[in-house]
Amino acid sequence: MLGGHMPAEATTPVIEFRDVFYRIEQVQILSGLNLQVEQGEILVLLGRSGSGKTTTLKLVNRLVTPTSGEIRVHGVPNGEVDVIRLRRAIGYVIQDVGLFPHFTVERNIGLVPRIEGWSEVRIRARVQELLEMVRITGDLASRYPRELSGGQRQRVGVARALAADPGILLMDEPFGALDPLTRDELQQEFLSLQQRLHKTVIFVTHDLREALCLGSRIALMEAGRLVTVLSPREFLESADPWAAAYVRAFGDALTSRGNRSKS
Amino acid sequence: MNFARFILQNHGQVLELTLEHLWLVGISTLLAVLVGVPLGIVICHRPGFSKPVLVSANIIQTIPSLALFGFLLPVPWLGARSDRLAILALALYALLPIVRNTYTGIRGVDPAVLEAGRGMGLTDSQLLFQVELPLAVSVILSGVRVAIVISVGLATIAAAIGAGGLGEFIFRGLAMVDNRVILAGAIPAAILALAADLGVGWLEKRLRAQ
Repeated sequence: MLGGHMPAEATTPVIEFRDVFYRIEQVQILSGLNLQVEQGEILVLLGRSGSGKTTTLKLVNRLVTPTSGEIRVHGVPNGEVDVIRLRRAIGYVIQDVGLFPHFTVERNIGLVPRIEGWSEVRIRARVQELLEMVRITGDLASRYPRELSGGQRQRVGVARALAADPGILLMDEPFGALDPLTRDELQQEFLSLQQRLHKTVIFVTHDLREALCLGSRIALMEAGRLVTVLSPREFLESADPWAAAYVRAFGDALTSRGNRSKS
Repeated sequence: MNFARFILQNHGQVLELTLEHLWLVGISTLLAVLVGVPLGIVICHRPGFSKPVLVSANIIQTIPSLALFGFLLPVPWLGARSDRLAILALALYALLPIVRNTYTGIRGVDPAVLEAGRGMGLTDSQLLFQVELPLAVSVILSGVRVAIVISVGLATIAAAIGAGGLGEFIFRGLAMVDNRVILAGAIPAAILALAADLGVGWLEKRLRAQ
């Protein structure tokens, strides 16, 4: 089932989009999306606003239901499983964080474990563990979200998404609203966290630098279509006109960055 | 201070009518909360209903109170006891601020918070009771506060149909052309309204702080 990791054969992708179309009234948001996300990778969805990245992400945890086609999670069409179970097995982080303003940091992080019926002792231990993981000092645990900085809030958002140890993380421009220094810091920390946790991540961004820095693969989207899926290295050298346009738009800022990006 | 002497001399009756007044206001407000808050929640989640419900509550609000009491008088079970009738009428008037504020309060919850909650796998009722209502509670309470203040004033008119309350003094004083008697009803009513306003306001502030 969804909760634990399936001892899946290496061939089953963790997330798979099959011929997905999505339309609101007459507007085509996604057309013929086919995409597979493998265990333990960070797949970056890159594209400009309105290209369908966020919709693609929300299809996975069924915040959006496709007009046609299906999305498989661990090989099972996600329309066939209980939506609440599905979502609790998937971590979700968004740009505006969406921390509950009336809960302390501690309660925010512990919410899913609590409604899953964990014991208080276990919840407390898990919250401590997560706070260390995202480098939030213990004295912030009893604060309210409004008392935190933007970067701290986003760390808490990540911790909350990881609380029930989901195998999958969906991240929608989580670092988009942060200042460049904090963003850089969080990106690096997220990478080192991922080296330990090996989650399967879909990461939405419009920032090519971020995509190059974090992505195992980069899926470039334009006007509701998947243009191409490339590794960061391939992306920089790609002859694809959209990819090339992206590289040009980010210009020289990339060259130093691209060389550093992991292969 | 002539009227002060009047109140002292009649303190038993002043107390009795004040309690009657409180009873009318308390029960009708409770009724309005029990109906209005769920109604406000429903129209948040079924946007199609929001307009008709809010418009109806608005229309009720525009009916002159004396007329409403009069209209309801011939209704079988209701008309049998005037306090019953007064409570229903007061509850109807209290509905608008409560429904409207419940609606506004819940609609005002940050969409990002709701999206995060839904994405984390909260059920609709968990979202309602753990997120939407706690975040809307101070707005809802300020609606209740308005409702109570309106009710304290309107309940004085209930005496016209014999429902009791501090309006008794006011009507009696009007008939006797005696200001002392009018004030013996009006001043306790004003104090009640102020006290309720302060009390609920304090509660509102405490709950918002969290």
